[in-house]
Amino acid sequence: MEIEYTGQSGLYGLMASFDRPEPLLEAAREARAEGYRDMDAYAPMPVEGLAEAVGFRSNSVSRIVFAGGLMGAIGGFGLMWWISVIAYPHIVDGRPLNSWPAYIPITFECMVLIASITAVVGMLALNGLPRPYHPVFNVPQFERASRDQFFLCIEATDPKFDLAATRRFLEHLKPLEVMEVEA
Amino acid sequence: MDTEQPTTTAVSIDPGPAKVLGPGHDYGTVTDKIGGVVFMPFTKTPRQMFIGFACGFVLVNIFLVAVTWLFIRGVGVWGIRIPIAWGFAIVNFVWWIGIGHAGTLISAILLLLKQDWRTSINRFSEAMTLFAVACAGMFPILHLGRPWLAYWLVPYPNTMWLWPQPRSPLIWDVFAVSTYATVSLLFWFTGLIPDLATMRDKARGPVGRKIYGVLAMGWRGSARHWSRYQKAYLLLAGLSTPLVVSVHSVVSFDFAIAILPGWHTTIFPPYFVAGAIYSGFAMVLSLAIPVRRWYHLEDLITMRHIECMAKVMLGTGLIVAYGYGMEAFIAWYSGNQYERFMYMNRAWLGHYWWTFALLITCNILIPQALWSRRVRMNVGAVFVISLVVNVGMWLERFVIVVTSLERDFLSSSWNRYYPTVWDWATYFGTIGVFLSLMFLFIRGLPAISIFEMREVVHQLTHPEEPSPAHGD
Repeated sequence: MEIEYTGQSGLYGLMASFDRPEPLLEAAREARAEGYRDMDAYAPMPVEGLAEAVGFRSNSVSRIVFAGGLMGAIGGFGLMWWISVIAYPHIVDGRPLNSWPAYIPITFECMVLIASITAVVGMLALNGLPRPYHPVFNVPQFERASRDQFFLCIEATDPKFDLAATRRFLEHLKPLEVMEVEA
Repeated sequence: MDTEQPTTTAVSIDPGPAKVLGPGHDYGTVTDKIGGVVFMPFTKTPRQMFIGFACGFVLVNIFLVAVTWLFIRGVGVWGIRIPIAWGFAIVNFVWWIGIGHAGTLISAILLLLKQDWRTSINRFSEAMTLFAVACAGMFPILHLGRPWLAYWLVPYPNTMWLWPQPRSPLIWDVFAVSTYATVSLLFWFTGLIPDLATMRDKARGPVGRKIYGVLAMGWRGSARHWSRYQKAYLLLAGLSTPLVVSVHSVVSFDFAIAILPGWHTTIFPPYFVAGAIYSGFAMVLSLAIPVRRWYHLEDLITMRHIECMAKVMLGTGLIVAYGYGMEAFIAWYSGNQYERFMYMNRAWLGHYWWTFALLITCNILIPQALWSRRVRMNVGAVFVISLVVNVGMWLERFVIVVTSLERDFLSSSWNRYYPTVWDWATYFGTIGVFLSLMFLFIRGLPAISIFEMREVVHQLTHPEEPSPAHGD
């Protein structure tokens, strides 16, 4: 996947910083109301409603985890059935070859295993991680995004992005600072 | 760019049993305080950490010697003899895996139940789970006799055209323990990702930046990422909750499905699960109380945490006591002579009667002191009781494994079990492995979840808003 970092101005975008989550949430909502679409917010912890405020709609993690769990359960049961009935048929304890209740613990474990792996790998893949380089890290203050500051970045790819106008818009949100993000 | 981030500015004041966090903390100070433990220069690291790690490391070396000797001579170096084929190896396996369960309980079940006091201790106990499961997993493999063929336990296409037996609880165990280890690792690592990013941004040296940077995988705290992250974390918690119950149930099936008197009991799965949580909370307390003191974390791991954990210990201990009571009752009520004999032999006729007496003292009698609030609020007393429970839970597995096997149906096959020096060396060796890994973890990674502590700060400063729970 080719990642397009820059818009016409040669910048990745403009970034505003805040010291609390509430103004960031407010800023993200205002930016969306203003018509901006290509933007993202960065926070040192999950902020309720922030993803929706920057226009995130479909969280498909649950669906893929369900699919993973289903595959794990079918795979686990199938493997046990195939071993006992097809590959290595032996009568144990006088039980039928397909003594399915005995397969349930392993079916369950395989369901949990595959669902969990899907949850983590799927979450990372949907997030596009690992990603060694990202333009937001070019902003020196951004190291506080993992400590105590909250950032809103309007990206240059947005059709409404205009260096001067967007800067003016961000400044009226009363951030700590507005910074240019180099691509 | 603030390069001189203070690491010890926040004073350690224990806010008492009402609060989960000391006064005067904001997003920055919790970050610095927890991260400061990792970036503390060697000269400032508490001396107890070095002593603790040195003790652990000595035991690791004893473990290596014991395992080498085992590999050279075979399982005969241990005290196992027919019919006591399961000696220390299985006792220790069950003990360790039980200890691991508290970690998953704290991180998953208490998360789903929205218990705010879990946050300071979840990372720590998840790490404990991981290392305890690692210690547990070694024992069945060492016990195989030919441990280099351990992969035969896994179903894979082979030239012998042999497959494992899916009706046997021993093969369920392989799946349960390996799944548990994998899911625990995933859960722990997923929880660490945002904090690894914090470490990456806090690290001043190039090596630290690189290592934490690679591990953080470019996490940047994007709102979209957090949204998927929380969903995945919540689902992992939901998946781990039945998993933790299933794992110790399967471990108990190893016993309960065998026909041996003393093992063949339907009470085993719930009683094993309760015992696992009991011993796990004891171990969390045994580790957290000293570390909290050495690193002055009293304002992050408060008396509230200690008291809650003491209460969970008391509660699960009572379930375990009920389990013991039921075993005795069924031995009598079943009218089965083998069951009755087994119980009499276990409790006072057999030569290991004293292990049973000690077990009752450690697991049932002494922990009753926790009913008193004064005892629960006394850190030293809770610490001592947690050590006593650790010993008691080990004795419980010893009693179940050894006294049942020593006296089976045929008196002609009876035998006595005595552990050898190699049994003890392997057992204490794994304690060394566990302690060394724990000390390295505390030194190298944030032992308290930083981003979740920021959420706690947010919650405490905005009490009117609904709590920022994980997921929906």
